[in-house]
Amino acid sequence: MSSAPSSRELTPPPGGVLLEVRNIAKRFGEREVLKNLSLQIASGEFLTLLGESGSGKTTLLRLIAGFEQPTAGEIWMGGARLDSLPPYKRRVNTVFQQYALFPHLSVSDNVAYGLRVSGVRASEIPARVVAALGMVKMHEYAEARPSRLSGGQQQRVALARALVNRPQLLLLDEPLSALDANLRKQMQSELKSLQRELGITFLFVTHDQEEAMALSDRIALLRDGALEQVASPREIYSRPATSYTAQFIGQTNLLRADVREGIATSGNLRWPCSLQSGTVLFSLRPECIRMMNDNSLPTEVVRFRGRIQQQMFTGSVEQLEVDCSGKILRVRIPAHGVLNGEHEFGFDPMDAVPLSG
Amino acid sequence: MYSRAYKTIISAPPLLWVGLFLLLPYALMFAHSFWQVRDGLIVHEWNLQNYSKLFENPVYAEVLFRTARIAASVMVLSLILAYPLAYYMSFHSGARKDLLYQLVIIPLWVSYLVRGYAWKTILGSEGVLNGFLQFLHITKEPVSFFLYSPFAVILTLTHIYTPFVFLPLYASLEHIPRNLIEASHDLGASPRTTFFRIILPLSIPGLIAGATFAFVLTLGDFLGPMLVGGPSSIMIANIVQSLFGTAYDWPLGAAIAVCILVLTVTLLFFTERLEKRWAFR
Repeated sequence: MSSAPSSRELTPPPGGVLLEVRNIAKRFGEREVLKNLSLQIASGEFLTLLGESGSGKTTLLRLIAGFEQPTAGEIWMGGARLDSLPPYKRRVNTVFQQYALFPHLSVSDNVAYGLRVSGVRASEIPARVVAALGMVKMHEYAEARPSRLSGGQQQRVALARALVNRPQLLLLDEPLSALDANLRKQMQSELKSLQRELGITFLFVTHDQEEAMALSDRIALLRDGALEQVASPREIYSRPATSYTAQFIGQTNLLRADVREGIATSGNLRWPCSLQSGTVLFSLRPECIRMMNDNSLPTEVVRFRGRIQQQMFTGSVEQLEVDCSGKILRVRIPAHGVLNGEHEFGFDPMDAVPLSG
Repeated sequence: MYSRAYKTIISAPPLLWVGLFLLLPYALMFAHSFWQVRDGLIVHEWNLQNYSKLFENPVYAEVLFRTARIAASVMVLSLILAYPLAYYMSFHSGARKDLLYQLVIIPLWVSYLVRGYAWKTILGSEGVLNGFLQFLHITKEPVSFFLYSPFAVILTLTHIYTPFVFLPLYASLEHIPRNLIEASHDLGASPRTTFFRIILPLSIPGLIAGATFAFVLTLGDFLGPMLVGGPSSIMIANIVQSLFGTAYDWPLGAAIAVCILVLTVTLLFFTERLEKRWAFR
């Protein structure tokens, strides 16, 4: 999967396609929230819709759940048209941002709700409810009312309530955003292992790029209602297609370089590159820049001298701002000790990733 | 945090108000219910004669039951009118919500008397309804039972008290988080199932509050039967009114008032507990 070519166009996912969004547009009055967006989701995949607020990620999720109707385009699931069905006829379940547990029902009645209303045999329901609550470690709270549970516990119940229906596709709308940092990390790993165990396709919405990186098989980065890039976390980080992607996911240095006869020049940095002549924007991650302190390094490393402007120690790494004849570069190196004055730095020209806009 | 003097000054007016205009009148009424009228004068003799009169003469019980029947009818009818309206407005009216809300509220600004007289002109034998029926040749002569009957009282009071039922109902429907509706649909429940399993149970506090309003307000109503009711629709408050007025038997009137008060307070006590039991947030 990580070897798939990065592209702004549709990348067909490996395995069977479960859900396909075809040229979807959504307009709220004058506001165009989604613009001709296409996306495929593979069976068993954990795909994250990542984007800033207002990028349209929640709207896309709501279109798939059926809470909104697309202005144009089609949604297909398992070879059947999905967007013409009302939400209660779709084999899709949602975990809501604010959990949306039914306050007048106990935890087990909340979980049983989907089974009861869709006519599952009454004899079958208790066992499935118990199993679902066990899956999220909430069986002790079966008889409690949702209002007596903490945020994390409500989140687990919401997850059980959705999973008990064995949906083909589970939609998760920023499900962890209301939890505090520690609980969030814990829920992330539980969510990930649950998804692997059950093999259910997860479509996860978040604005938190770290969360997206940690959980996903693939990330679909949205920007102003259009897909910016769809790729695996490793790929999207190491080979960002655009400057927006490069800056949204992790930190980076953007270098505007003049390419001529196989050499890129940006200020007093020069490195070999095989692109055609012209002006190209490159992304160079801070951790790709090293400090040169021994002479045995290979000659293809691009070397330059820079003055330390600022140093921040964050435990395992030093974050430096280095003045390279006027251009400030961010550099991240392993913990080193206090640095001053001029030093020699270097990077591998392969790590300077050309961007397409 | 605040000085004792400040607290005293701030709490004095409401305490004075409640004491002077609520507790004192109640105490006086309570005292009167144990006194008697002799030769056109109120005698301060303490005994239970008034209460035994109420229990011995079947007329009072009969009127009380009739009152309760009318109150129950008004309650049921206004719930039947108000619930669909509140439901529609809360869930389906979209941008017209505010306008519709105002339209429901406007009748509350019109005097009770005006609304009562309006029904008089509609239901009377020379009234709009009879004229219309005769115009259509459905009836040949004016139908007399429209006006001055329990029917007219129920109709008028339903019209007058429906907004009072609507308001708490609408409020409770508005309080239902919309993502619960979405969650229900998401889990496979049709709109119908969602209504019966989610919306209706969550609107029960409003339902109880509205029902209580209609019932209790009708229970103490005397203008409705006076304006549009006949002898067959005299209600308990009319008796109290006449006892305090032309009949000049304040003690007996006070005894009935105490009975109604006890009944109402008991009712409110239970409905409030019921409401709390069904409140989930």
